[in-house]
Amino acid sequence: MSAGAVQIAPPAKRRRALPGTLVGAVIVLGASLAMAFFPSLFAPYDPTAFDYNAIMHGPSWAHPFGTDNFGRDMLSRVIHAYRIDMQIAVFATTGPFIFGTIVGALVGYVGGWVEAVFGRVVDAVITFPFLVLVIAIVSVLGPGLRNMYIAVGVVDWVFYARLVSAEVKIQRRLDYADAARGMGYGHMRIIFRHLLPNAITPAVVYLMTDMALAILLGSSLGYLGLGAQPPAAEWGVLIADGKNFMTTAWWVSVFPGIAIVITGLGFSLAGDALADLLRVNR
Amino acid sequence: MPLLGFIFRRVLQTIPTIAFILVVTFILVRLLPGDPASAMLGDRAIDADVQRINAKLGLDQPIPVQFLYFTKAVFTGDLGNSIGLKLPVIELIERRLPVTLMLTGMAALIALLVAVPLSFVAALNRGGAPDAIIRGTFQIGLSMPVFYVGLVLLTVFAAKLRWFPVGGYGQNFLDDLYHLFLPATTLALSLSAVLMRNLRAAIIGVVGADYVDFARAKGLRARVIMTRHVLRNALISTVTLFGLSIGTLLGGAVITETVFAIPGAGRLMIEAIYGRDYPVIQGLTIALALLVSFTFLLTDIVQAWLDPRVVR
Repeated sequence: MSAGAVQIAPPAKRRRALPGTLVGAVIVLGASLAMAFFPSLFAPYDPTAFDYNAIMHGPSWAHPFGTDNFGRDMLSRVIHAYRIDMQIAVFATTGPFIFGTIVGALVGYVGGWVEAVFGRVVDAVITFPFLVLVIAIVSVLGPGLRNMYIAVGVVDWVFYARLVSAEVKIQRRLDYADAARGMGYGHMRIIFRHLLPNAITPAVVYLMTDMALAILLGSSLGYLGLGAQPPAAEWGVLIADGKNFMTTAWWVSVFPGIAIVITGLGFSLAGDALADLLRVNR
Repeated sequence: MPLLGFIFRRVLQTIPTIAFILVVTFILVRLLPGDPASAMLGDRAIDADVQRINAKLGLDQPIPVQFLYFTKAVFTGDLGNSIGLKLPVIELIERRLPVTLMLTGMAALIALLVAVPLSFVAALNRGGAPDAIIRGTFQIGLSMPVFYVGLVLLTVFAAKLRWFPVGGYGQNFLDDLYHLFLPATTLALSLSAVLMRNLRAAIIGVVGADYVDFARAKGLRARVIMTRHVLRNALISTVTLFGLSIGTLLGGAVITETVFAIPGAGRLMIEAIYGRDYPVIQGLTIALALLVSFTFLLTDIVQAWLDPRVVR
């Protein structure tokens, strides 16, 4: 692989100003996390309080995102939904990231028939339309977030394992890996202390993409009634709540969708920023 | 012909994949609480029926034997009967899947028609304003859930402007195209974004290659260079990506068909889930996974044809 040559001549370290992607990511994700942890600080109203004097009001100073068919303040509902959707982003991806990274590191290091078998497993897993399989698993286990995490976990670790194993395979052939072996270090120490820190970058960058994908998946399942269950405020559930009023009260569905897009962009920016930073520091 | 040998080896590779598909779908239904027969018969099952089904499906046999029964049934096209619709699952799939194929096919076509020209514009104006605008728009498209895009397009172009029907399926081919245009566009958005990003990077890589300089030095016209040299080579990785995206596309079809009330396989899946119709869920999962593995096979062959280096 040509990556060996890349290692010999690393890109010159440049002192750079903070990349714009990093600033954007910190602002968007920082605000998202703040709203996830302390929604009541930001939400102007109780997200579940009915107000029969303000049913399906359009956006106004009193209700910037309007109100729904029960007079609930949409801004407050969108803000409270950050808690569940950010939770989906983190919970759905952390397990697969850790498990996939460990498996990938071992597979890439051992190589041989283990790698051949793993390759077949990857081929087979990516053959299942991801959403179809997740929906099938959720339909068997029952709707809800916990079962969604299980369904995602069954499949998602494969992507991390594939990224890490490919990278570890390159790293294990480099001089420093030979040197570590020459020092008489054990396999586990070589894999996890020496190779993995150099091999994990693609997986970390993908983790950001995956978090955005998790929110898309979580809100899709919420929309279909298979994810977060009402009355929990979750963006997909909120959009589904408003879908029958789209022509008369577009704001009920449109604002939760904008929250999804902004959060997704935040994770994309974070991925780009991490790719930049980790590459420079290598 | 080395290409034929490659195709043969590639076909052999799908055998373990198909075995895996069968194992997973077999296990899936066995994860259900209670025995599969009760699940298949629904809540009002009587004991005699349960025993009859158990005997018929070989569920009184050891698990490996059950798996062989299951495999044999799948290969003979027997996917069981739908609980809710009282029809053979295979018949339902035969009726509903063509609609989904038409939808995904149209979406793939739209995605290509959008992605190829725009990625050229972006790549050839790298760093300029058109590049930034195209990339920014697609980045937003990538962050939008399919159901949301569908809902917005449906409201604006069907309910408000009345340019398109609100949902359903047509009476003939042209009518189908008309009915499926909005849903296919919905489905195409994220795919075209993925393709655009990849194709743009590939074009930037290829345009700088020596053989392109050489073609230019030979005095070939720009259009010939772009289509014969740049596009063909840039498409190689895009074809693979396109194939890999088919699963995502089918998953998106499940949602799109639900939003637009299209009577395809995806909507059947959702209906089956709401109705706890497990034979249908199982049958559809098998059918869709087989479809994807067939598409992978096809794209690998196309890729080998585009790029003889793949054949080794």
